[in-house]
Amino acid sequence: MADRITRDDVAHVARLARLALSDFELDRFTEQLGAVLDHAADVAALDLADVEPTAHPIPLVNVFRDDVARPGLDRAEVLAQAPAVEDGRFRVPQILGEEP
Amino acid sequence: MSTAADIARAVRAGERSAREVLDAHLEVIDTREGEIHAFNLVLADEARAAADEIDRRVAAGDDPGPLAGVPVALKDNLCTRGIPTTCSSRILDGWRPPYDATVVERLAAAGAVTVGKTNLDEFAMGSSTENSAFGPTRNPRDPERVPGGSSGGSAAAVAAGFAPIALGSDTGGSIRQPAALCGVVGVKPTYGLVSRYGLVAFASSLDQIGPFSATVEDSALLLEVIAGHDPLDSTSIPEPVPPLVAALGEGVESLRVGLITELLGEGISPDVADRVRAAATTLEAAGAVVGEASVPAAGFGLSAYYLIAPAEASSNLARYDGVRYGLRVDAPTVAEMNEATRTAGFGDEVKRRIMLGTYALSAGYYDAYYGKALKVRTLIMRDFAAAYEQFDLLISPTSPTTAFRLGDKSEDPLSMYLNDVCTIPTNLAGHPAMSVPFGTGDAGLPVGVQVLAPALGETTMFRAAAVLEASAPTLEERSR
Repeated sequence: MADRITRDDVAHVARLARLALSDFELDRFTEQLGAVLDHAADVAALDLADVEPTAHPIPLVNVFRDDVARPGLDRAEVLAQAPAVEDGRFRVPQILGEEP
Repeated sequence: MSTAADIARAVRAGERSAREVLDAHLEVIDTREGEIHAFNLVLADEARAAADEIDRRVAAGDDPGPLAGVPVALKDNLCTRGIPTTCSSRILDGWRPPYDATVVERLAAAGAVTVGKTNLDEFAMGSSTENSAFGPTRNPRDPERVPGGSSGGSAAAVAAGFAPIALGSDTGGSIRQPAALCGVVGVKPTYGLVSRYGLVAFASSLDQIGPFSATVEDSALLLEVIAGHDPLDSTSIPEPVPPLVAALGEGVESLRVGLITELLGEGISPDVADRVRAAATTLEAAGAVVGEASVPAAGFGLSAYYLIAPAEASSNLARYDGVRYGLRVDAPTVAEMNEATRTAGFGDEVKRRIMLGTYALSAGYYDAYYGKALKVRTLIMRDFAAAYEQFDLLISPTSPTTAFRLGDKSEDPLSMYLNDVCTIPTNLAGHPAMSVPFGTGDAGLPVGVQVLAPALGETTMFRAAAVLEASAPTLEERSR
């Protein structure tokens, strides 16, 4: 059985998920996630050592399509949806820490 | 208002024009949409053009298809080419998908006319449609109450007569629960029966698209149109669609029907449980053999679901990064831009689920939470398999209560999650289930009875639904 989720845990997962939380939100989410995880304690407490996990409801096999060229999405139509574009590509702010 | 089956018959026969049918529905929308807010977007001009085209084809001797001239409402997490698709989230601000979902193509090929995109809980996460960035939808049976969710806009659109049929998506009950609360029919098909190409992903091992309608026949008709193998969805089942409409009148003589005992006790409102027992009596009177069924692990379904679905969502929603489409909040570096965009773009419930899922998958907690939840999924599938050795169908409530008031549960996520206790086990097992309106509870609000079947058992499920519908009390508008 895992310990109750802490404010630091919530701050950590928020960072991993690229979400910024205010102090007020951190307090509230810690409490709300704690309540949901308390409810999940019934599952966490089960002894299921002999049970196989199921990740998917139907047996999945690799599906191959015929190796035939077909048109993809229209490039201009796709780029028209982007917040910023340059030279036919997606434009983003700087990735590494160097001076711009 | 006419049923979809009647409309299609009349339009194909040239007795009614698709345009006249559409205009009648647009008039109802004009009258009541301001109060209900079922739609994020009404596509009046596009729909008129589509209806006129159907009429031209009929005049030219063509058959536009089994849904000729039938207005349909689409949940706004289904991609429509060139038409905004928002998932009721600010993060998809301004996005116009470059392709249609397979179901959207199939509807058009069957002659249906899309009237609009319906409101939902953001990214289909919720049970009341209050988690929409564009404001809540109200229940047409009582506008002080929620329509259920997450496909609340689609359920409300059908209940209000805005369209005879609608599509929703169901990950943990998001079609069936709003259908029950709004007094309409709602179907979650077998996992893989309907292509999800172009459905914005929430929890990929659970999501399934399905119909809403006022009548059982219309849901059968709509499901026949949208079901069937699609090479663009790797989880699509490569088998023929089971016959639905043709089997509707076959009755339930000597079918074995089990009442799920675990879903009739604690936590289920007595007025709802009474209607489910009345449904069992109705099926028995029609010749079914009714007994008590047990799905012991169903009680753990809710906890397992609220670990599995957020875990999958945390991965699926990682794609909203402000780079390729939708919202971008500018910042000096990519990492800061990602964070600023996601923080501004997602609502609280989506943030909660992303964090819950990230936590359940993180080092040190994976085995205790996500790993255990996957094993519970195995237990639920085993229990269903055992129950279906004794029974052809199972029945239960769809929702533990009738429609609740707006604001009643929106501040307490766990109490909201408990709405899904009866619908979740089906999704975890990948089975079909549907909600059929079966009279009203204490406050005169609709009650839905859930009919569950084993994988690809839709034909039998619809037969039982038709029997229930035939003896269900008529729903009346509540006096307000």
